[in-house]
Amino acid sequence: MMSKKRVPGKPDHTDIGRRNILKGVGAASAATALSVPMILVPPRANAATELTMIAWYGHGEPDMVEEFEAMHNVKIKAKYYAGGDNMLALISQSPPGTYDIVLSDGEFVQLLNEAGYVEKMDPDEYNMHDLFDEYARFPGHWEGDDLYSVIVRFGYLGVSFNTTIISHEEAMDYNILWDSKLTGKVGHFDWHLPNLGCLSLRDGNDNPTPFDINAAQWKKLQETTLSLKPQVGGYFDYGGTFSSLKSGEIHAMCGIGDWITGVVKKDGAPVDSVVPKQGGIQWTESYSIGKGSQKQDLVKKFIKYMTSGPGQVRSTQMAAYPGMSPYKSGWTALNQANPAEAKRQRMNLDGPNCIDDLREGRIHFRRTPVQQSLEDWNDFWSEYKNA
Amino acid sequence: MPIVVWQLVFFVFPLLFLLLMSFWLVKNYRMVPGFDSVNWIKMYGKGYFWDGYWRTLGYAGITTVITSVLAFPCAFALAFKVSPTVRRWAMFFLIVPFFTSYLVRIFSWQIFLNDNGIINVLLSSIGLGPFSMLNTFFGTVVGYLTLCLPLAVVLQLISLSNVDQRLIEAAHNLGCGSFRTVFAVIIPLAKIGIIVAAVFCFILSFGDFVSPYYLGGSKPPTLSILIIDTTKSGQQWPRAAVVAITMIVTLFAIMFTAIALAYRRRS
Repeated sequence: MMSKKRVPGKPDHTDIGRRNILKGVGAASAATALSVPMILVPPRANAATELTMIAWYGHGEPDMVEEFEAMHNVKIKAKYYAGGDNMLALISQSPPGTYDIVLSDGEFVQLLNEAGYVEKMDPDEYNMHDLFDEYARFPGHWEGDDLYSVIVRFGYLGVSFNTTIISHEEAMDYNILWDSKLTGKVGHFDWHLPNLGCLSLRDGNDNPTPFDINAAQWKKLQETTLSLKPQVGGYFDYGGTFSSLKSGEIHAMCGIGDWITGVVKKDGAPVDSVVPKQGGIQWTESYSIGKGSQKQDLVKKFIKYMTSGPGQVRSTQMAAYPGMSPYKSGWTALNQANPAEAKRQRMNLDGPNCIDDLREGRIHFRRTPVQQSLEDWNDFWSEYKNA
Repeated sequence: MPIVVWQLVFFVFPLLFLLLMSFWLVKNYRMVPGFDSVNWIKMYGKGYFWDGYWRTLGYAGITTVITSVLAFPCAFALAFKVSPTVRRWAMFFLIVPFFTSYLVRIFSWQIFLNDNGIINVLLSSIGLGPFSMLNTFFGTVVGYLTLCLPLAVVLQLISLSNVDQRLIEAAHNLGCGSFRTVFAVIIPLAKIGIIVAAVFCFILSFGDFVSPYYLGGSKPPTLSILIIDTTKSGQQWPRAAVVAITMIVTLFAIMFTAIALAYRRRS
């Protein structure tokens, strides 16, 4: 057996000692650490900018934002909330600049502004000229001549129903909810504001709005609501509302609209929504710039895109829940891209359309109660559920 | 020692914080630290709070009784009537449901229980129904049983398996009938396990939000649903804390009573 002699003062490269192994491993690790990011991470120039958004579910999903993301090399990171109160709480607990984009229901914009959570906006930088007149000076979005939010979509709330049980004509009157064939089959979306708003309209409180009622009207509204209790089959969240209408468990609901039935219908369920003869409630959603956002130019581009024709085509057909466009170019673009959907949502370029309901004074903006506190309405809703 | 630290960090401190929070106020949707009893006065002064309280207590009590009664024959058979192999397989099948989300299991019940669901379709084939099961108390109880029954059977089975067989044989040798042996020998010997199982059922159903909401249609609501309602509108976390503390105190009272009962010696 041959043995190799060591030469004094010269390192033996064939000696695989512990120290050499460690050296080798160290060198290999360093080389890997330096090279892996070069392989896995795209060059810095191509890194997507992140825009943070607080919104209702669906607004940050690919069907809404993928085109904008690709156009501007942006990644929209959405934080979803469930209800305006929840949104206000989340923003109030976050430092300024946490959210670049704030998507809010119209009635909460004023509260956002009062609390200083949103930036003032320049109307000239947005597609305001393209809005239908009814939405040009949307209440709550303006403080004097200062703009704080730009509307993106809206919808109506009235009666939603199973078309195999209730006819369109029957659904045109809120009193159908008390019909004996619906005992145990009336459902509620579990939020007092739209429900009590619609029932207030049933009581004839349409002047000035179903949310601005005096003590006698409030008392009557409570009696009306309590009288509906024997008809009620349940109180549901977003998912429960979908499944109860789809399965046929619930035959009618008030205070919701096409934002629910538009999706359920796509799944083949026999449901529809109408604005009854007593009137309906309008929901709106709008974009604001979060206070302290460091990417305001990009946010402006995003809002401008979402309120343009291509953005509105996506917004009106949002997978999570559809909504109507308050922009003329939105209607034109949708009629070109998907005429059937434009017709279904009554965004007709000629003839009767969805804004006619508003022009006829049958639609009232959803808002917080005027003469009672929000707590009064909430307390009563809890009492009603327990009755 | 680690258990003490664990309890302090994850139970005692959060509980104290919850108690403290119940005295805070909400201004502009934001909690403001303070010391005001208004939340307690407000919640305890509401009829719907007490309606919800007694209802939740009743639902949990009924569920505990139904679960215990249904679980016992099953646990008894597995403990005394089947081979060890069958018992092991039964244990496996009792544990398997916990591998899936409780929420998913509850949603799947909706497919069975709704008016056009699997059960009503089967019943209609023999000329029965349809029966309203979803969004009813029955639906809620089905959900509670889904949550509690496997656990109750496992706990009772462990307890029954530890009963000394020689005492059962001695009872038989002394002329004690099968029925009397169960009530005079087996149940007293397995009392602790049976009561612990019942306490778990009570705790789980008392605080459950999923079944009364998704199978009971929140009609009428339980205290856990009231907590959700209270936080959802107006962000009234301090008032929700009042409800939560009331629930915790109630559970403590029930638990200590049950444990005292379980360990009480015959005089």
